[in-house]
Amino acid sequence: MTDIMIEATDIVKVLGEGAGRVNALRGINLSLPGGQLTLLMGPSGSGKTTLLSVLGCMLSPTSGTVRIRGRSTTGLDSEALARLRRENVGFVFQSYHLFPTLTAAENVRLALDVRGDRSPRARVKAEEALATVGLADKANAFPRELSGGQQQRVAIARAIVGDPSVVLADEPTAALDSENGAVVMTVLAKMAENPARALFVVTHDPRIIPFSDRILHIEDGRVVSDQRRDRRNGSILTLKYASGGAA
Amino acid sequence: MTLVLTLASRNLFHDRIRLIATVVGIVFSIVLVTVQLGVFLSFERMITTMIDHAQADVWIAPAETKSFEGSALLAGRQRFQALSVNGVAEVIPIVAGYASWRKPKGGASTPIFLVGSPIGASSGSAGLRPWNVVEGRVDDLSMPDAVAIDLSYAEQLGVGEIGGTAEIGNHKARVVAITKGIRSFTTTPHVFSSLEGARAYLGVPSSMANYFMVRVAPDADVAAVRNRLAGDLSDVEVLTPAEFRQRSRTFWLFDTGAGAALLGSAILGIIVGTIIVAQTLYASTKDHLKEFATLRAIGSSRVYILKVILVQALLSAVIGFSIAGAIGLALVNATADAALPVVLTPELTLGLFALTVAMCAIAAVSAIRVVTRIDPAMVFAQ
Repeated sequence: MTDIMIEATDIVKVLGEGAGRVNALRGINLSLPGGQLTLLMGPSGSGKTTLLSVLGCMLSPTSGTVRIRGRSTTGLDSEALARLRRENVGFVFQSYHLFPTLTAAENVRLALDVRGDRSPRARVKAEEALATVGLADKANAFPRELSGGQQQRVAIARAIVGDPSVVLADEPTAALDSENGAVVMTVLAKMAENPARALFVVTHDPRIIPFSDRILHIEDGRVVSDQRRDRRNGSILTLKYASGGAA
Repeated sequence: MTLVLTLASRNLFHDRIRLIATVVGIVFSIVLVTVQLGVFLSFERMITTMIDHAQADVWIAPAETKSFEGSALLAGRQRFQALSVNGVAEVIPIVAGYASWRKPKGGASTPIFLVGSPIGASSGSAGLRPWNVVEGRVDDLSMPDAVAIDLSYAEQLGVGEIGGTAEIGNHKARVVAITKGIRSFTTTPHVFSSLEGARAYLGVPSSMANYFMVRVAPDADVAAVRNRLAGDLSDVEVLTPAEFRQRSRTFWLFDTGAGAALLGSAILGIIVGTIIVAQTLYASTKDHLKEFATLRAIGSSRVYILKVILVQALLSAVIGFSIAGAIGLALVNATADAALPVVLTPELTLGLFALTVAMCAIAAVSAIRVVTRIDPAMVFAQ
């Protein structure tokens, strides 16, 4: 039995006001246990990014509760949410968002630096994280000297160097060709083998389904299906096919 | 090197054109402020140079005297009244006023400011005699028609050597001493003579003087003597050297508006510099907004991001100040012998550095306002 790393209960998010008001999330219930790679799939405008922002404590829900390792985010101010992120959440973005003026090792170390970890050990941790994603020899390379796939792997190293409970990835393969996409997903799937870490990947890319343990489908702000996959044989068990409810 | 410093410095040097614009803005501003404040300081020093070099414990000046250069005459009886005050050791008459100097060989006239003080063994130990004498002897001023001029005004006066002659108000004047560095903030040359000579040149009756410099007895309390003089003498101002300095400064720097103009230009320089730096820092921050949003997304505190921006501003300040300082020093050297040199003291240098840092920190406010409103969720949209 693995622990629940992140839990969303009855999440509603309304964006905009007046005529522009949009019900982006309509009562999402979600639990992400450690040791699992969960995909969130759905059409554009279905609420994927909004849900990712809410789970990542970047956006506060209009109603409902998010708990990270049991701790509720309700009522926390932006600084407390930032602290929660740096201590518990790693992010991987579609366009990497590496700092072009920092080397790969410095980009990774940045995630420790913002936590206040400036010890010599931080350098070692950054190098170890780069080695984990297969880029030990690129520590001193600047992002412009790396391929897209390598840049995304540096971003993954940055996301995991602080040993977060949750890694949230937004379309991590969207900017990559299939070969690099597969390499990146292999790395992410390996990260998900850690029972103390949940991986949550928003994607449009069906090629990455084989790397997942679970697939959620979202439409119009509701989770409409929750499928469990067996990574060993690819068999799928659909747990839910409904509007709203728990996933 | 911490990553804050690394990130700030690399952001700064990454865009060289913008860095150059920032540094030029700072240099322009600080050089302008250096020149204005350096001239202000120089002006301030020159205004009080006579008071600074006079060996007076207390000054007696005519009522409503505004500066050393503008005073009426004191009567001789006031000198004797002062001498009768308990604690007064010496009362030295000083004659000072504007006169016309006619260059030799029928040359044109130029205004001068003449200062006459007792010279010679019988005149006591103190007075207001020329200093920094580089040629001739001060004691020779006791000879008839003898004057001392400053080297920096040799061309203006048409005389540049010992023995050179001219006329002051139709009386012969012969140069017996030459000084270096006694300059006037009005650019009107200072000329020194004996007390008797000054009286003759300026037409001052023999018992009268423009000032009486009081020397108190060694065991007397200066403040007490000053108060006694103020009580016993009427229709005069009794001033300590500090009060006289302040009064002269106030008159020339602020009542005439000259100092205000210099300070106004300095303030303008600060404003222009701040705006230039603010614009470039703001633009740089806007360019790096995605990075700052990423920092926020990965959990950095606002303080961390503010540090990056402030370090960037501080680095700009250090680079800009270093260049401005070098230009400032060159200006100090270039104007050392000019009529109004730029003066740069250690205190002014430190003050300018603090000003540069403050200017850049204030300039960072607009950039800071941008990042404090940053939405970390914007990283998902790109």
